[in-house]
Amino acid sequence: MAEKRKEFWRWKEYNWHDESMNPKDADLITAGVDVGSVSSQTVIMADGQLYAYSNMRTGSDSPDSARKAMSWALEGTPLTMGDLAYTVGTGYGRVNVPFANRAITEIACHARGGNMMYGPSVRTILDMGGQDCKAILCDDRGKVTNFLMNDKCAAGTGRGMEVFADLLAVSIEEVGELSLDVEEEPPPVSSTCVVFAKSEATSLLREGWPKSKVLAAYCSAMAHRVYTLLERVGVQKEFAITGGIAKNIGVVKRLEKELGLNSLKSKYDTQIAGALGAALFAKALVEKERKQAAAQ
Amino acid sequence: MKANYGYMDGSGEFFITIDTDSCIACGHHGCVSACPVGMFEIIVDDYDDEVAAIKGDHRKKVKYDCGPCKPVSDRPPLPCVTACTPGAISHSW
Repeated sequence: MAEKRKEFWRWKEYNWHDESMNPKDADLITAGVDVGSVSSQTVIMADGQLYAYSNMRTGSDSPDSARKAMSWALEGTPLTMGDLAYTVGTGYGRVNVPFANRAITEIACHARGGNMMYGPSVRTILDMGGQDCKAILCDDRGKVTNFLMNDKCAAGTGRGMEVFADLLAVSIEEVGELSLDVEEEPPPVSSTCVVFAKSEATSLLREGWPKSKVLAAYCSAMAHRVYTLLERVGVQKEFAITGGIAKNIGVVKRLEKELGLNSLKSKYDTQIAGALGAALFAKALVEKERKQAAAQ
Repeated sequence: MKANYGYMDGSGEFFITIDTDSCIACGHHGCVSACPVGMFEIIVDDYDDEVAAIKGDHRKKVKYDCGPCKPVSDRPPLPCVTACTPGAISHSW
């Protein structure tokens, strides 16, 4: 009889809206849709305040993922698509958001979103996405001053971590905590290739290493991988991490140690940074259009 | 803005950096015609500025695409760097 296999990489999808707000009172409703390679988010803002968002896995069809993420963000709210004054699409699938008024790169959107999430003092943003990793320097208005992206291999990305969660049969949400449950930090596995790192990990398990130690070795490799990326752009204080890996305390702690810097913490969900930035861009673009129309 | 196009892998770091603040002031964009494999293009960026960028299909293979301009010995000045009068282009390798 075939055994039913649990998908340890599968993280929880969710939506949220602020029940204390009445968006119908707002003058301007804008939205940002971030269709990433692994996850899609929609953020809805009412007069520049975060009102609602959704976070779900991206399917094989980008337009469909964008529609689903939008529908889910609107679910339970009094809003419909018709209430949205402007929508900006961002992320890997940004050109495939059928209802977007404009597409803006995720680099600019993460800088803008990070500026709101962590405050104007943030200068370095590390976005650890599903299939790429971006090091972004920005000014006090959230405008990008320097960026570097590595999307050539899965090492240092969320997908790499999902592969390890599945290999070790540990829920992706528990990987970080478990990786810290070691008496001594083990040497990192390969930091340049997930396939090689997985082979190494399999050998280490055969040698009798506990799961926590193997995960520590991988989190350490991942932290070192993104550290080299950050080193190239030059880390400036204050420093913040966005994306799904920002929720993995095992990688965050090791990266902070390597950098000699603590990352800023935020009340916002780190996975919505791109969509939040897109919604902020949408607001700025509507205001610019209105200003131009009033001047004519 | 300094835009770094390229990648890092097990064999090294391969990035072409374009200082787009310098690009904005450039009227002729000599880089586009200077590159023998046509890696450069002029785009309108996220801040509505007209700047040079590396085309998407070249970004993950800059090491190989730039190869002919980078012989192991007697390397001549790079055509893109020479053509860029504002001095906005640099290579990491």
